[in-house]
Amino acid sequence: MPAPRPQRDIAVVAFAQTDHLRTSDELSEVEMLMPVLHEVLDRTGLRTSDIGFTCSGSTDYLAGRAFSFTMALDGVGAWPPISESHVEMDGAWALYEAWTKLLTGEADTALVYAYGKSSPGSVRDVLTRQLDPYYVAPLWPDSIALAALQAQVLIDAGDTDEPALAAVAARSRASAAGNSHAQLRGSVPRGDYAVRPLRTGDCPPIGDGAAAVILAAGERARDLCKRPAWIRGIDHRIEAHGLGVRDLTDSPSARLAAERAGVFERPVDTAELHAPFSSQEVVLRKALRLDDSVDINPSGGPLAANPIMAAGLIRIGEAAARIHRGDSNRALAHATSGPCLQQNLVAVLEGDPR
Amino acid sequence: MPEVLKAPLVVEFPFTRSLGPVQSAFLTGLRERVVLGVKTGDGQTLVPPVEYDPVTSEELGELVEVASTGTVSTWAWNHEPRRGQPLDTPFAWVLVRLDGADTALLHALDAPGPDAVRTGMRVRVRWAEERSGAITDIACFEPYDGGPAELTGSDGRFEDMVTGIVAPARLDYTYSPGRAQSRYIEALADRRAVGERCPSCRKVYVPPRGACPTCGVATLEQVEVGPRGTVTTYCIVNIKAKNLDIEVPYVYGHIALDGADLALHGRIGGIPYDQVRMGLRVEPVWSEGGRFPDHYRPTGEPDADYETYKELV
Repeated sequence: MPAPRPQRDIAVVAFAQTDHLRTSDELSEVEMLMPVLHEVLDRTGLRTSDIGFTCSGSTDYLAGRAFSFTMALDGVGAWPPISESHVEMDGAWALYEAWTKLLTGEADTALVYAYGKSSPGSVRDVLTRQLDPYYVAPLWPDSIALAALQAQVLIDAGDTDEPALAAVAARSRASAAGNSHAQLRGSVPRGDYAVRPLRTGDCPPIGDGAAAVILAAGERARDLCKRPAWIRGIDHRIEAHGLGVRDLTDSPSARLAAERAGVFERPVDTAELHAPFSSQEVVLRKALRLDDSVDINPSGGPLAANPIMAAGLIRIGEAAARIHRGDSNRALAHATSGPCLQQNLVAVLEGDPR
Repeated sequence: MPEVLKAPLVVEFPFTRSLGPVQSAFLTGLRERVVLGVKTGDGQTLVPPVEYDPVTSEELGELVEVASTGTVSTWAWNHEPRRGQPLDTPFAWVLVRLDGADTALLHALDAPGPDAVRTGMRVRVRWAEERSGAITDIACFEPYDGGPAELTGSDGRFEDMVTGIVAPARLDYTYSPGRAQSRYIEALADRRAVGERCPSCRKVYVPPRGACPTCGVATLEQVEVGPRGTVTTYCIVNIKAKNLDIEVPYVYGHIALDGADLALHGRIGGIPYDQVRMGLRVEPVWSEGGRFPDHYRPTGEPDADYETYKELV
């Protein structure tokens, strides 16, 4: 089935992110977020009062506090009242909500932001709380353990091996050498086993960070950005939560989302993949049919910086920024959530022909 | 820049969850050393069983017994067990397809080392000595050299079905309040209240959070406020809170400290509860060694004119 075309042209017109750091404990969430919000507004010349819709992504489980996102709202100037929403997910899903809002015509511009401070808690333990609470969460299997099970399935299937996984990690961090925001850059040791077969080098850094993008519709996008990154399609899909039900060598949800977003209609030149573990890039390359002609994670990807709840939005932002700069004409951006690529969002971004 | 404040923050909660018919049968079965799966419309047996088919979303309920032996479909060696995990010695995480099942169950495998584990190896359930109807009734899996274990013949119906579980969760954090709130808390140690002024709208926020919620800009200029203030609104609390050593009824109010453009919360004491009123002038009362005002009491000044605080109500 061909992907349906959006009824309205909507583009990413500005993107900003923090420097991603192991800890930012001198800053509250809103203090960490505010410079990024100001940066995207400055880039477009918009003021908060000009924004038609605001949507954010974050999670209380990182902060250990209920309704933590309401404090971050202070950074957007939410008085007098604004049209606002929040998703307890990665900011890529907040962007999806903002995109649908703009499609309705109710707003012409949207501010999307996401942030995560992982430093106060233990991410490996925190992420166990998103698992099936009856059969899985009581065993406390941490995020690295679940990724390692998937990596072993891939190795057994002959899809990869440990040196190939190390090469994914090395390539990502070499690419990140050109990204001043990244947390791990250049040469990083493969390290010891974290949970075998994954080594510390196969795992993303744990860190704090935030990101923001501005979306605009139609001519408004051209007014705000010299070369807007048009969202040609965006879709997200989910798989069964039972890990033992799924074929962990594949990602049918990522493939279906890509198909519905129109990825397979024409080749992409860039792919920003939200694959926090080296082994997950192997799965996504296959599911999304990406060959060596595609520049994968030129930003360094989540192996170089993985602020939880912002890392997926950053993939869309990085892909858009490459289009803004003229380094890409058609890019794929991907975000994930849940264990072993359970949920996947795929967007296709294009620049105007030059 | 004051030193960044940090404190341990523990979030702990015993989540009580009720079970549907399928999960109830499965977990009761574990208590009785029986493993149950559920049949799908196309004849697959899902273990652990779920209430809805993950492909068709058809409601499922036909329970069938499977063996307590099976085959490892994938594994990962965990050399450093973490709190709450099934074993406290190094172990393998495994997905196990039990004999008779078409899907795999996640659990731990007790093995001497990674060299003793491989995909395809045979394993069997090691039952916990004390079982209550929970996934942890399977203590772990252990290596096993043999064919499918015999079934017990259970039909999934048991005496005294387990209808709920209690799943305790605990996460440990090191909380840090950030710059603005650190400055506020440090000033309180000197029994001073410090607000921050917005560079744009000039309003003074207390307690400061580092941003002006109206303008969305950083507040950096510190302003000393109080110590006296005005009650802008209040309520009378008649329910005694757990672990709170205050006699009811008591009064909880919004207090606009002098010089602040936002009212903060506080208990109002030193006056009968039914005599508290809007406009009452109050001052903080510190308890010995207290890190914040214990309560506010009347100063004895004449009440503030409504016009002076109406913007803060």
